[in-house]
Amino acid sequence: MSYIQAENLVKQYGKGDAAVMAVGGMSFDIEMGEFVTVMGESGSGKSTLLSMMGALNTPTAGNYRVDGLEVYALGQDRRADFRREFLGFVFQSFHLVPYLTLVENVMLPLVTMKTSGSKKRDMAEDALSRVGLNGKSHRLPGQTSGGEQERVAIARAIVNEPPILFADEPSGNLDSKTSREVMDLIRSLNDDGMTIVMVTHSPECAGYAHRMLRMSDGLLVDDVLVDGPVFSRPDAEEAIH
Amino acid sequence: MTLKDIALRNIRRRKAKAGFVVAGLLIAVSTAVALLGLIEAMNRDIQQKLEEYGANILILPRTENLSLTYGGLSLGGVSFEMQEIQQAALGQVNSIENAANIAAMGPTVLGAVEVNHRKVLLAGVDFRAVKILKPWWKVGGAVPGEYDVLLGAEAARILNLEAGDYFKVNGSKLQVSGVLAPTGSQDDQLVFTHLGTAQSLLNKEGRVSMVEVAALCNACPIEAMVSQISGALPSTKVMAIQQVVQNRMETLAHFRKFSYGVSVVLVLVGCLVVLVTMMGSVRERTAEIGIFRAMGFRRSHVIQIVFLEAGILSAMAGIMGYLTGFAATQAALPFFTGSQGIAVVFDPVTAAGAITVAVSMGLASSVYPALLAARIDPTDALRAL
Repeated sequence: MSYIQAENLVKQYGKGDAAVMAVGGMSFDIEMGEFVTVMGESGSGKSTLLSMMGALNTPTAGNYRVDGLEVYALGQDRRADFRREFLGFVFQSFHLVPYLTLVENVMLPLVTMKTSGSKKRDMAEDALSRVGLNGKSHRLPGQTSGGEQERVAIARAIVNEPPILFADEPSGNLDSKTSREVMDLIRSLNDDGMTIVMVTHSPECAGYAHRMLRMSDGLLVDDVLVDGPVFSRPDAEEAIH
Repeated sequence: MTLKDIALRNIRRRKAKAGFVVAGLLIAVSTAVALLGLIEAMNRDIQQKLEEYGANILILPRTENLSLTYGGLSLGGVSFEMQEIQQAALGQVNSIENAANIAAMGPTVLGAVEVNHRKVLLAGVDFRAVKILKPWWKVGGAVPGEYDVLLGAEAARILNLEAGDYFKVNGSKLQVSGVLAPTGSQDDQLVFTHLGTAQSLLNKEGRVSMVEVAALCNACPIEAMVSQISGALPSTKVMAIQQVVQNRMETLAHFRKFSYGVSVVLVLVGCLVVLVTMMGSVRERTAEIGIFRAMGFRRSHVIQIVFLEAGILSAMAGIMGYLTGFAATQAALPFFTGSQGIAVVFDPVTAAGAITVAVSMGLASSVYPALLAARIDPTDALRAL
């Protein structure tokens, strides 16, 4: 049995004539330790799919299982617990809480865990050092660069060592050098065994993955394997296809 | 890092909003505290002034006869048995439970005497007690010495006597030391002298006709004191002067109702301020709440954060509100009472009550914003960014 199973996932917003089909019935499996990118033009339903996979957005129809667990059969509280235990999120705009220091932002997924304050802090400091941000833990997000904020977002996503990382355009707001550093970091997490699902527009970033799902108008139009890293390759676009 | 830390950090970050919540509650709490403190102090002031109006309990000999006087009119030709109280028995009054509440006790002996061929009522009184029992007396002349008399205004006019004049009663020569300014009461008709002198002139040694008592009843109902004195002096009839008591109670009740009414209005306004501000704060933090939910926070965790913020701010407002209200009462009191003797006292119960009310207001007003925050859809919240 695959680690992540999506069966005919549908998400429709609105009703009747005003209904919009964001995801029109997608089925796929993802194995543990896979690095999958989801690509497609704007409005193709990538982010909606990711939010459904992230247990944040109840599908209109279909089944979604992670490690054999029927995610949307869980109640609200258990689904929150599932997110905390199984999933890490990296958002395009970093989504750091501006009034919390970097280390406090990283500690957020640990807040509701029954662990001592000092252990939580140690875990957060460890996560920050994994992403190369030693010595900056007491800065506020506004005092750091975009690349650093993205690293903090990644540290926050991995601090409780979830088995799955969802990333929505993680390099969308970064320059190419920083983008490469962030992608190297994500790839290294995958090398350590983390399952990664990443939404991106960038063919370069997609080249880091093992597999690419391409979406169009809410439907899965391609499901292909990728010969990854492609930054050094001029034929990146071809490699993806 | 706990939910409390998140609440505290957010308060520190949104100082203006936090300040607005605190200010809304602070104004409500401080005004309520000031008002209630002022009302309480005014009550005490009024109480004190009412006590200064004189006697509020009357001790009379127990009699089986009905009085034949009304409104100062006496039905001529009707005489009735005159009974007296043994003066020595009055000491029993000092043993009652609320003896400390007795401000003054004025025994009076009454008897008819003839002055310048006219019948007049001689009253023997304790002039030290009279000073407390009848503070409205204005004496033209001097307070009588042992063998002097003080004439009521009408008595002086009818007897054609003035300060310095002499007259004889039952063979004893008495000098008029002063004349009372008109009081509009029966005192205008009387001739006053010292209790012992009157008892001797009237052959009523050791006996008094009535006793007037001024009781300070801040902490005890006057009816309780009447009952205690009745118990101590079983052969007497003890009566509260009902009108004074009634007026006093009504005045207190009016003030209390007024203060409660204004306090309730202020509390409602304060709650509204908290509600509106917290709603705004939750709406501003939609994205942040979405992040929390994505990180695995349950709805109850989000509710806790909102309540923690409201609780912390409300407690601050409660403490500051009490202190501000206390200071405002101190400052305003002289303008409202005109008294120097009334002080505002620190009351830990009121202080605890103010903080409790403030926190309750803050939390009650945050229920809807907290539920609103918990219902935020994390997908919508994150898409909004």
